[in-house]
Amino acid sequence: MPEETEIRLRERLSKLGAMKLLRGTSVDGELERLRDQLDRLRAEPTADEIWRSVELARHQDRPYTLDYASRIFDDFFELHGDRGRADDPAVVTGLASLDGRTVVLVGHQKGRDLKERTQRNFGMAYPEGYRKGMRAMALADQHGFPLITTVDTPGAYPGVAAEQHGQGGAIARSQVTMVGLSVPTVACIIGEGGSGGAVAIAVADRVLMQENAIYSVISPEGCAAILWRDGAEARKAAAAFKPDAAHCLELGVIDAIVPEPEGGAHTDPDEAAALLREAILVALAEVDGLNPSKRRRERRARFRAIGVLASTSG
Amino acid sequence: MPSEPGRVDVEIESKRTEDAPPEKSHPNTCPGCGSHYRDEELAKTLRVCPQCGHHFPVGARERVEQVADPRTFVEEDGDLRSADPLGFFDLRPYTERLAEAELATGLGDAIVCGAAEVEGEGCRLAVMDFAFMGGSMGSVVGEKFARACESAAAAKVPLVSISASGGARMQEGILALMQLPKTICAIEDLHESGGALLSVLTHPTTGGVLASYASLGDVVLAEPGTLMSFAGPRVVAQTTREKLPDDFGLAESNYRFGHVDAIVPRSELRPTLARLLRLFGRK
Repeated sequence: MPEETEIRLRERLSKLGAMKLLRGTSVDGELERLRDQLDRLRAEPTADEIWRSVELARHQDRPYTLDYASRIFDDFFELHGDRGRADDPAVVTGLASLDGRTVVLVGHQKGRDLKERTQRNFGMAYPEGYRKGMRAMALADQHGFPLITTVDTPGAYPGVAAEQHGQGGAIARSQVTMVGLSVPTVACIIGEGGSGGAVAIAVADRVLMQENAIYSVISPEGCAAILWRDGAEARKAAAAFKPDAAHCLELGVIDAIVPEPEGGAHTDPDEAAALLREAILVALAEVDGLNPSKRRRERRARFRAIGVLASTSG
Repeated sequence: MPSEPGRVDVEIESKRTEDAPPEKSHPNTCPGCGSHYRDEELAKTLRVCPQCGHHFPVGARERVEQVADPRTFVEEDGDLRSADPLGFFDLRPYTERLAEAELATGLGDAIVCGAAEVEGEGCRLAVMDFAFMGGSMGSVVGEKFARACESAAAAKVPLVSISASGGARMQEGILALMQLPKTICAIEDLHESGGALLSVLTHPTTGGVLASYASLGDVVLAEPGTLMSFAGPRVVAQTTREKLPDDFGLAESNYRFGHVDAIVPRSELRPTLARLLRLFGRK
C-alpha cells in the first residue's frame, strides 16, 4: 500500500519538523548531517541499521548517566538510598543545577570497567533502585524541582531477591509516582530502554530518545529465544520489533529524537551532552508554563492515547 | 551475575500453564495429585481438583460465569481487535497468530470486559484469558482495560480485574510496553473519580501485567499456587544461575513477603469479592 506508506512518512516528517531537532545544533555541517538524518528517516530503517542502533546503544564506551550529569549540569549532588532497605547502585539520583535552576535527576547507571559493571549490576535495578527513584521524585514534587530521568538499562534485574522484594509492584508504583507528579518531567532514553525496567522511570511529559538508543518491550535475544526458539536470531528479532528511535517516533512513543555526534555518542561525549542538554531545555520549556493540574491531565492523556487498534464494527 | 546482560527480559509468553503430565498418562490427569478427572465434573467444581485442591486454568467466559450473578454480565468493547502496526513476522505472521487465537478461544483478544453484579453488588469486570496468546497485553488489552476503568468511574462502581498473563505482547513491540503506563494512567483517573480497583491474580500473572495494573489494586488477591513474578523462573535461573526456592514467585511466597492481601481459594472468590464490593460501596 504505497499511499499508506506515503501518509505515514509525511506524518513522520511533520512530527520531525515540529520537534525542534535543529535547535542548538548550529555547528557547521550539522545541517547537512541532519538533512541526511531526515533522508534516512524518509526511508524505513533497514534491518542492518536497526542492528547498528542496538550495537551503538550497548557500546561499551557509550556515555552513561553520570557522564552526562557532570557535563549537562553545573552542579550535581548525588543522593543515596531508598530510606527503607538499601542503596541500589544501578540507579543514581541527585539534585542538580541546570541553566541556573535546580532539578532532580533519576537515571539508570551502568559500570565502565568489570568491577564497576558488577557493582552497578549492569544497570539492572532491584526494587530498591526504583524506590530510591520514587523518593527522589517525591522530593522534586515537594520542592517544585523539575524531574529529568535518563533511561539506560537492559531491564530490571531478574533475581530471586528482586522478586521477593517486589520487582513488579515497584515498577508499577514508580510509574504511578511519575503520573502523579505536579512538576515538569522529561525522560531521555540514552542507551538501552529495556522493557518494564526502563518505562518505570520514563512516564514523563516529554520523552526524548537519542538517535542511536533503543527502546523495546524485550531484548532482541529474549525475543529470539521465545519466538524463534534460538537466541542467536537476535538480529532478526530486532528487525521485527523495531526498537530504533525512528520507529518509536513514528509510533508516537517518543516526542523527539536527539541527534548524536557522527558515529555515535561515544565518539564525542562532550558534543553528545551538549546536544542532549539543548534538547532537555527545549522540552522543559514546552511544559514549564502549564499549570500543574493541566500538566498532569495532559501527561495522562498522552500515555492513555498510545496504541493501534482495529475493530470489527465500523 | 549474568554472563550476557542482554538476556534479562521478562518471560513474555509461555504456552504451558501446567507441568505437562508424563507421556502416556491419562489425558485428564491432575498435575497436583495424579488423580483422573472427568471434564464435566471439573466444571462443576469450578475447575479445582476435588482430590487435592489444584486450581486448573479458567477461561475468561467461564470465569465471568463463576463470579457474576446469572444473566447480569453485559460485555463492553467486544468489537475491538488487534491491528498489526509493525507488520510483525517471526516464524509466522502476527495476523495469523491472532486469527488462530480467536478461532481457538472464541475471543477477540486476551481480555473480556463488561458490567456485572456479584451477589447483587454492581461492578465492572476485566477478565483475562491465558489461552489467547498467553494472555499477552497488546494495544487491545490495554485499551479495553483503560475503558473498563472509565466505565467503572462513569457508573460509580468498583472495577474487578482478574488477570492471567505472560506479560506484554512482543508482536506489538514498544507499543505493548506502552500499555503499562496507559493502564496506569487509567487507574489514576479511576482513583481520582473516587473509584476502586480490586485485583485478583490467577496463574500465571507475570511480566508487564504484574508490573502495571495487576499490582495496583486497592486490594490485591491471588488464587492459591499463582505464579506472580516479574521475571519467569526460567529467565531467573538462566540469568542468575541461582537455585530457585520451591515456592519461587508463587502467591504463597508473595503473601509472606507482603505483596498480597489475601490468598483466596476459587470457591471463596465470589463471596470474597462481594464482601469487598459492599465495603467499598459504603462511604
